[in-house]
Amino acid sequence: MTARRGTIGSGGDVAAGGTRGLGGLLRAGWVVGLAPAVLAIGGGLLLGGVLVSLLGVSPFEFYGVLAKGTVGSAFGWGQVLFRATPLVFTGLSVAFAFQARLFNIGAEGQMLLGGLVLAWVGASTGLPGAPLGVALALLAAAAMGGLWGAIPGLLKAKTGSHEVIVTILLNFVAFALVNYLLTRGLALPETVRTAEIQEGARLARLTEWFPLFRGAPVNAALFLACGAAVALQLWLRLSPHGLSLQLLGEGPGAARYAGLSVGRLTVLAMTGAGALAGLGGASFVLGYKYYFEEGFTGGAGFLGIAVALLARNRALWVVPSALFFGALSYGGFVVNRLVPRELLDVLQAVILLLFILFDQRLGRKRT
Amino acid sequence: MIELALGMIAQVLRISVPYALAAIGGAFSERGGVINIALEGILLTGAFGAAAVTIATGNPWLGVIGGMLAGALLAGVHGLVTIWGRADQILSGLALNLLALGATRGGLKILYDSASNSDRFEGVPALGRPDSAFLSLLGQPLFLLAVAVTFGAHALLFRTRFGLALRAAGDGPRALDGTGLSVNLHRFGGVLLSGFFGGLAGTWLVMEQHSFTDGMSNGRGYIALAAMIVGKWRPLGAALACLLFGAAETLQIRVDSDVVPTQLLQALPYIVTLIVLAGWIGRAHPPLHLGEPYEREKGRS
Repeated sequence: MTARRGTIGSGGDVAAGGTRGLGGLLRAGWVVGLAPAVLAIGGGLLLGGVLVSLLGVSPFEFYGVLAKGTVGSAFGWGQVLFRATPLVFTGLSVAFAFQARLFNIGAEGQMLLGGLVLAWVGASTGLPGAPLGVALALLAAAAMGGLWGAIPGLLKAKTGSHEVIVTILLNFVAFALVNYLLTRGLALPETVRTAEIQEGARLARLTEWFPLFRGAPVNAALFLACGAAVALQLWLRLSPHGLSLQLLGEGPGAARYAGLSVGRLTVLAMTGAGALAGLGGASFVLGYKYYFEEGFTGGAGFLGIAVALLARNRALWVVPSALFFGALSYGGFVVNRLVPRELLDVLQAVILLLFILFDQRLGRKRT
Repeated sequence: MIELALGMIAQVLRISVPYALAAIGGAFSERGGVINIALEGILLTGAFGAAAVTIATGNPWLGVIGGMLAGALLAGVHGLVTIWGRADQILSGLALNLLALGATRGGLKILYDSASNSDRFEGVPALGRPDSAFLSLLGQPLFLLAVAVTFGAHALLFRTRFGLALRAAGDGPRALDGTGLSVNLHRFGGVLLSGFFGGLAGTWLVMEQHSFTDGMSNGRGYIALAAMIVGKWRPLGAALACLLFGAAETLQIRVDSDVVPTQLLQALPYIVTLIVLAGWIGRAHPPLHLGEPYEREKGRS
């Protein structure tokens, strides 16, 4: 596949749209950023209403149950926040790579490998106590994810192989690798899960501080995720490396003209993206089950692409975007007694499709 | 001994068919300039369509048509969204894969009241009932159809005017436009064909298994894309690559896992593709304008 630049939604092109007349005004800043998302979500929810009517369920009842079960109670919020936590990490991962206009479809594999490392380091004997043990496990997971992410970066930089296909392929290699490691000693006999991690590597449940979340699995990994979003936003804005990445996003020509090494930045972008996705398992492994289990990612790596997209690849916007997709993901379980919960998966896909369509129509004025 | 070898060859062929059909589909889409990651979803939708129509009508041949149409439907959406909607091709493909996974899962529950599989059904009846695994494969109408499609597709792409125009749509759309032929229509044709072929691939899976199971495409669409790249975007090349991948999968089933880890064989197709992509065994060149929506120059339209 050839290198494609400038085809995916990003705020960068908006400024180039100019401010001529009303159209220009509408294309400016905020409105442009939000309009496609609002239209896509609205259109998706409308279509969802039509679909449930076809299944013989009142759309009002459907959305009533959905809202009440997800954001209508503290327990619902606890579940939504729990599901949003890995999505923040994978969303940030995709958004990070996209600063350089690189497309990380490998978050699923990076998150899986990172999760396994979390469990492996977390369960190792002699791990130090609370804050340090957690930090070590996280560091190792980020390193693993970063390593896995560096491969497509290096291949792109050295041979020009397109990162999209390479990351897709590496996902499958990661699945096989994890499966191999599990069968060769990491998993408990006759299971697809690892041993429990040490106390020192565990993250606290939020119920310990806020009893109203009782029963919900949301845990301190949420704060790590939000912290990562803020830190990333600042880093991208303030550090020379962050700015260089964005310059590369404008095109390799611009970066080269500024005297930057395109190859090195490409590796940096993909390594950083891998590291962020590698942390995606923190919530499940360190804060919920305390072990790694095959299939624990639940597609969060792929959904991270949707999360980053709706956030227009802005680090801070990834948080509300993840919250939205987290609510839809948990919403499936809430509405399951009315309609098959897969309807919510369909809804997510439709919103994504509508978003890329509207984004193309409204987001930018090209050539 | 010969019987064992023939049995093994038959197994390789059986496993390779869905990969090959899907990879050929991918070649038609991408030769026209449209990246088709939706192949995975097309396979799944095709499998579901074939199962649903076969169960509803009791006629497996109608099921074959249903499977191909279902695949083409998903491909059609991909084409509309990316060619005329000019949306990003990779994102559209990923979204459609999510859509197909959710919709077929929901469909299973609605139609068959099951979270995992459809009712069982008889597939396309074989011609005769020989006891040799190899001969019984040759007696399967769908297998013969798949072989015909493979060679037919290659001829269509390289020996017909349509094929030439389609390749031009991916390699030099401006030149094609200059001849008065529509770039977008040809691209859409390529994407639709990928839907028919991908749908047929899914149909094969479901007819072999006699029921639809949740997520049964199981990454085959992605392997097919890999095979298409290894086969340099040529139907026959892609089919050959699929035979290679099919052989790896056969070994995975047959070889003792203590000798070679099954996971290594499982990952082999992906690793081989990575090596090819990196250019270590012959360079793979994609169509020149792959991934770009076609835009006429200003003042021409």
